[in-house]
Amino acid sequence: MADDLETLKQDTLAALEAAQDRTAWDAVRVGTLGKSGALTGLLKQLGRLAPDERKARGQALNRLRDELGAAIEARGQALEAEALAARLASEKIDVTMPAPEEVLGGIHPISRTVEEMTAIFGAMGFTVAEGPDVESQWHNFSALNTPDHHPARTEHDTFYLPAEDGVEEPRVLRTQTSGVQIRTMLGNKPPIRIIAPGRTYRADHDATHSPMFHQCEGLVVDRNITLGHLKGCLIEFLRVYFDKPNLPVRFRASYFPFTEPSMEVDIGWSKATGEIGGGSDWLEVLGAGMVHPRVLANCGLDPAEWQGFAFGMGIERLAMLKNGIPDLRSFYESDLRWLRHYGFSAFAPANLTEGV
Amino acid sequence: MKFSLSWLREHLDFTASVEDVCKRLNEIGLEVEGVDNPAQRLSGFRTAKILEATRHPDADRLQVCRVAAGEGFEEVQVVCGAPNARTGLNVIFAPPGTYVPGLDITIKKGKIRGQASGGMLCSLRELGIGEESDGIAELPETAPLGQAYAAYADLDDPVIEIAITPNRGDALGIRGIARDLAAAGLGTLCQWGDRDWAFEKIRGDNDAVLWRMPRFYGEKVSDDAPLSWKIDHAGCTQVAGRVIRGVKNGPSPEWLRKRLEAVGVKPVSALVDVTNYLAYDIGRPLHVFDLAKLSGDTLSVTHAAHETFTGLDDGEYVLGTEDMVIADDAGVQSLAGLIGGKASGVDENTVDVFVESALFDAVRIALTGRRLAIHTDARQRFERGVDQALVRPGLDAATNLIVQLCGGTPGAVVEAGAEPNWGREATLRFERLAALGGVDIAPDAAVQSLVGLGFEIVQSDDARVTFRVPSWRNDIAMPCENLAFRDGLDDAKKAALTESVQRIEPECDLLEEVLRLYGLDNVQPQALPQVSMVPAPAVNGLQARKALLRRVCAARGLMETVGFSFVAYDDAVLFGDAPEALRLLNPIATDLDQLRATPLINLGRALGRNVARGLAVSGDGALFELGPVFDAAGQKTVLAGIRGGLSARAPGQKAQEPSVWDVKADLVAVLAALGVPDASLSVTADAPSYYHPGRSGQVRQGPKLVLGRFGELHPAVVKALGLSGSVVAFEVLLDQIPQPKVKRKAAPALSVLQPVRRDFAFLAGPDVEAQAVLRAARNAERKLIQDVRLFDVFEGGSLPEGYRSLGVEVILQPQTESLTDTQIEAVSQAVEAAVEKATGATLRR
Repeated sequence: MADDLETLKQDTLAALEAAQDRTAWDAVRVGTLGKSGALTGLLKQLGRLAPDERKARGQALNRLRDELGAAIEARGQALEAEALAARLASEKIDVTMPAPEEVLGGIHPISRTVEEMTAIFGAMGFTVAEGPDVESQWHNFSALNTPDHHPARTEHDTFYLPAEDGVEEPRVLRTQTSGVQIRTMLGNKPPIRIIAPGRTYRADHDATHSPMFHQCEGLVVDRNITLGHLKGCLIEFLRVYFDKPNLPVRFRASYFPFTEPSMEVDIGWSKATGEIGGGSDWLEVLGAGMVHPRVLANCGLDPAEWQGFAFGMGIERLAMLKNGIPDLRSFYESDLRWLRHYGFSAFAPANLTEGV
Repeated sequence: MKFSLSWLREHLDFTASVEDVCKRLNEIGLEVEGVDNPAQRLSGFRTAKILEATRHPDADRLQVCRVAAGEGFEEVQVVCGAPNARTGLNVIFAPPGTYVPGLDITIKKGKIRGQASGGMLCSLRELGIGEESDGIAELPETAPLGQAYAAYADLDDPVIEIAITPNRGDALGIRGIARDLAAAGLGTLCQWGDRDWAFEKIRGDNDAVLWRMPRFYGEKVSDDAPLSWKIDHAGCTQVAGRVIRGVKNGPSPEWLRKRLEAVGVKPVSALVDVTNYLAYDIGRPLHVFDLAKLSGDTLSVTHAAHETFTGLDDGEYVLGTEDMVIADDAGVQSLAGLIGGKASGVDENTVDVFVESALFDAVRIALTGRRLAIHTDARQRFERGVDQALVRPGLDAATNLIVQLCGGTPGAVVEAGAEPNWGREATLRFERLAALGGVDIAPDAAVQSLVGLGFEIVQSDDARVTFRVPSWRNDIAMPCENLAFRDGLDDAKKAALTESVQRIEPECDLLEEVLRLYGLDNVQPQALPQVSMVPAPAVNGLQARKALLRRVCAARGLMETVGFSFVAYDDAVLFGDAPEALRLLNPIATDLDQLRATPLINLGRALGRNVARGLAVSGDGALFELGPVFDAAGQKTVLAGIRGGLSARAPGQKAQEPSVWDVKADLVAVLAALGVPDASLSVTADAPSYYHPGRSGQVRQGPKLVLGRFGELHPAVVKALGLSGSVVAFEVLLDQIPQPKVKRKAAPALSVLQPVRRDFAFLAGPDVEAQAVLRAARNAERKLIQDVRLFDVFEGGSLPEGYRSLGVEVILQPQTESLTDTQIEAVSQAVEAAVEKATGATLRR
């Protein structure tokens, strides 16, 4: 290689080496391969040479052009990589900082429990019926075979409201959602299969009683419904609700004015550990019975033709048992810490597909 | 209702354990509420003797006793501080490990002032069964060594407490409980003997004398009848009485006191104790008057005047004319079936008594008892119904016991009214056992159960059996006179229904008895018949949207709460109206007396409580409730939410109070979830007075229908709730919002052409509302304008006072071909003109 080419090569390589940024690098590139670049200039002079010299000189120049072109390209990429590395280094953040907080809302355990009950009874063909919280005494008591003097009526500790115009009897805040059963029988011909979840009220306030609480009652009326169906329905419900396929369920004779025979329903649990289904203790969770003939007749249904069963359970009580909630009053205190602890996600509504 | 096992044995021969008795009681509807066995509580204590007591070498008041307490404790050293501890005394000894109920400690071995002490000598108070005493209990010299004290003192007698349902008045007598258990196969009921001589049974050695009732007490034994009866009240069917002269009233013997104490009845005196004993033993309430304190020769069961009566409990009762009393010439001496009068009660000086035994109407007793809040054993029995045939036998039994315990000479029985005709009949068709009860019980077994309960067979064949109901079952085959029929039934229908009930109800009564004795657990569960393979939705559209809205709110960071339907009257006033019609007549507390008009009252209080606890400072002061509200028109459903407190501080972010826009966004999201078309809504600045008047609005559909409200709460309300700063809230009136019609959606027009965006700045005067500008712009052109958005609001600067510049972006969506400048310009001019025409706002150039 001619000396001048070797000099150009060495000078160019040195200049590339010295170029520390894109601008300096570009200057070298242009100064070598640009329109007025050193190498471009030499290439332009080729034509003036004698043909015999031209060939060798041309080959040398082309070689040098390829060589320097590659060197320039390589240097350019190196510089780009360095620049990117520097930028990335400068962009470093403390990724251990907490993510911005999102406020989570939640569904109250009472709503959730009602949804679960609805899902399970819904699968057995029940629909949800509703009625007013303020009832006439007929709807809350008389129609349910609980006349004015009945001891059961005093035991309920009823809240009263002033009577409506033209009516003598004070209205009541419903002590049970049975009024919904009555309204259902008045408004629909059997067969009937409903549950009635809702608010109920009793004048009682201590650690285990709240003046307002929630009940879910149920009613089935048809021609051939027996006590066996009552048992099958409630055992199925309890086992699915508590997700215990072998949950022990016990039926004890009892008394309610609106059913006959009447019974209370216990589930097996351990008093010591609170485990549902374990241990050898019993816990009352439900009241039930075959609909009393007088209740059917009061609603205009002939008890010689129609029969069925009814049941009622405390929603808070079942929610407490399933979710390990120790205190009844906490349901209504709206303490944010409690709500966060026991609340349910908006994105996982109760359904049987995913499991209640 | 409590009873001891030993008392039960008076009526029932059985070998079952107390656990088995409880299990059976539970099954047959006599729910066990508790079992208390004193012997279990006192299991460690044993009888012992102090062999020698010497002064403690280092303590003047203590003695060192050598105690013999039988096997395993032949000689134990015990240090004792009781002054009466002495050599040779028989005592109660608690070895180490014994729990002492009266002191709530467990005995340990130890040293007292250097002397070893291997147990404790006890007083009865320390055992939890006696009064405060000076020193340890002294047992008689005859007491054995090393016997369990409970056994020695005859305390090994479990007491069972059962709940009595309102239909089972007969189980308020121990005999009734025994009868139930016997019929359920647990034990044999001891014989009544002749109906007239019910109490002739010879019992254990001690009781034999007491209980052998000479027949003549039931007959007319003398003519001594200083008083006669007169019935002037429909609530009394039968009343009997008898004088007993020359009684000596004092404490009852120990066996009687123990029995009463075991079931929680305080012994008073022999005369009173006898009546209480019979109330528990056979469920027969009785009353004993002091004859010397009565005047005249007639006792009347009659209506009270408007007067005041002092009961044996010293209570002052204001009576009304409907109340039933027993009166002599001087006035009211007893409130019939509820409580005796103080003025004529027996005391230690009583010589002559008059014993009353009567049959009172359950409803009358219940109504008066409830009104006067009198809770006595007598009321409890009468209002559940007492044995209809026990007036005379009860009187005889009382006479017998009184003469045995207090001496005296009984006079003639005087009586008015008569034993009612209680022999009702009830028929059971055997096929109903399976058809209603779902069980396969042999007819014979069913019949046997009922016979065991005292039902007498009147007639039977293969298909049915007819019984006479026993006198003590006031819950079976009761007359059906007054059904509470629904409105709108004609007389023929009512008669037909009544006839059905008269036929079906007694059968259900019998069926219930058979099933409870058979055991409900023995009924085979059956699946409910399927209505359809896949059931219809369990909730209707209105119910489903409530569930949806809960999820919408929770997803927006609001926490669901459940508040009481009643609130404090003052709070209700704070949030508007508190009409009297919605005020409870008997509130349980003054802060729970008014039905609420909005859940915001509960939410405001809840937020206040959380803030007071230092919570709600990380953006979580956000609560909602979906529940009932009440007004003069009735009950409605409202979804309400509240936001307060502060947002969380974070790098680059200060803690902020919530703003009106947060809750307006909540409200809009809720309405969107309900499918309310946004274009149909407008906002008016006329929210109720509990909102900030300048920072609140109502969302309307059309001119009349209010769907919801939102805004800052009024500063005065915020202050009254104990809060500060900006508290914002929204309400959605769910009943106002129509269910969207379910229509199949048309396919969307998804243009391939890019939308064109044009920005406008309108100079709007002080009264111009943003929604008017936006609506005018949107409606300026129907085909191309797809959306209109407010992107900027500017005031101040060079703008006239009160004017705002509203930056509005109009989005045009071409469908088939790109828009030309001319087309765009035409739409722009239309927007400008429409806004100016509608609002007077002009384009800033």
